[in-house]
Amino acid sequence: VTVPTDRSMPKRRGAKHAGWNAAALIGVLLGLPPGASPVRSQPDDLSAYISGDRRSGYTFLTPETRALQNDEFGNPGMLWVEHGSELWNASVGPEGRSCATCHEQAKLSMRGVAARYPAYDEGSRRVINLEQRINLCRAERQGLEPFAYESRELLGITAFVANQSRGMPVAVSTGGAAAASFGRGRDLFYTRIGQLDLGCSNCHEDHVGSRLRGEPISQGQINGFPVYRQLWQTLGSAHRMFAWCNEAVRAEPFALGSQDYVDLELFAKSRANGLPIETPGVRR
Amino acid sequence: MSARSWKFGLSITVAALWCLAAQAQEVAEYKVVNGGIPTPLTGERGSPQRGKAVAVNSHQGNCIICHHIPIHEVPSGAFGNLGPSLAGVAARLTEPELRLRIVDFKALHPETIMPAYHRVTDLRQVHSTYRGKPILSAREVEDLVAFLLTLKEPAK
Repeated sequence: VTVPTDRSMPKRRGAKHAGWNAAALIGVLLGLPPGASPVRSQPDDLSAYISGDRRSGYTFLTPETRALQNDEFGNPGMLWVEHGSELWNASVGPEGRSCATCHEQAKLSMRGVAARYPAYDEGSRRVINLEQRINLCRAERQGLEPFAYESRELLGITAFVANQSRGMPVAVSTGGAAAASFGRGRDLFYTRIGQLDLGCSNCHEDHVGSRLRGEPISQGQINGFPVYRQLWQTLGSAHRMFAWCNEAVRAEPFALGSQDYVDLELFAKSRANGLPIETPGVRR
Repeated sequence: MSARSWKFGLSITVAALWCLAAQAQEVAEYKVVNGGIPTPLTGERGSPQRGKAVAVNSHQGNCIICHHIPIHEVPSGAFGNLGPSLAGVAARLTEPELRLRIVDFKALHPETIMPAYHRVTDLRQVHSTYRGKPILSAREVEDLVAFLLTLKEPAK
């Protein structure tokens, strides 16, 4: 019997399955409705997801979707984090090095890293994002071909690394060597494109909180990326989200991993400075 | 030049000219008078019935993504609220005014978020699928105008 699955979706591990079922069982014993777990029934405090006038996309979600993100066992994005954890510890390449060979415990060495990216890289002489930082390490230290953008592997290891910063405030630098990239990203954010002639700002700045059909417009914050997007039924990068939005306004998207999107990512991430890293976020 | 390559060259030229002509026809010519377009783009009035579909379909006008419109077939939660309700719009605007607002509202309000539904100039990075094409054809614009003209009752 073949079960149709998304090819980019890592397999569930038995242990996690058991954990989820145990939570559901406790829910049943407590008289909660099916699908609810004790974690989900806790009241939701949004204050951690708001910084000044900055509001995470989390605050625009339904309580059900927020509960799904909060639930370590139910959050589908945790499957990619698990896969990333395996990649972190896998000895690969001509010298048999794993990420852990150099960086040891990710929970210590990677804590705070995702909050600082995209960032200027001296070696590349340009701003790079977390995916590209990981691929550089892979090429230079492990002697391997980079992971393809949006591959299961690159999403997994990126989600794993970013997950180590969960709860830490975004703090990207926009000045100094990053200033040119930041400026280009800002221009992209405010430039109207496509047949519908819309820039990011027209919705995500000028009309936040209004509804498109039935859905509220968020500020377009990217502090939860990579996110599990329910529409996609898979994890996706910020660049995939940019491309999706570009196509929604009937514009030609840039390539995933292009400098245009890295610049836009830096500007977009700077708008989230102060908001917590949520990776893996869950979004509609 | 051989006869064969000459013929081939000619057929390419004819094909190119035909494409240019087809593209030019995508956008109707019109004249703006007193903040409106008095003459139907197709030379005749549209169908309100088809216009209702244009307003609802996401691959056509998709008006309901931003506007509430009194259309009983559409559940109330399916409307956006970025733009004003179109209930009673026919009592507020004339036919020529409605037509210009659909064709190119930016001619009146350059900063508006509302797209110009029948214009192909001054756009950038348009997806190859839609390049050179307006969002709505001249006929779809007329159908939509005809439908909006039926919305005389103000919102209750």
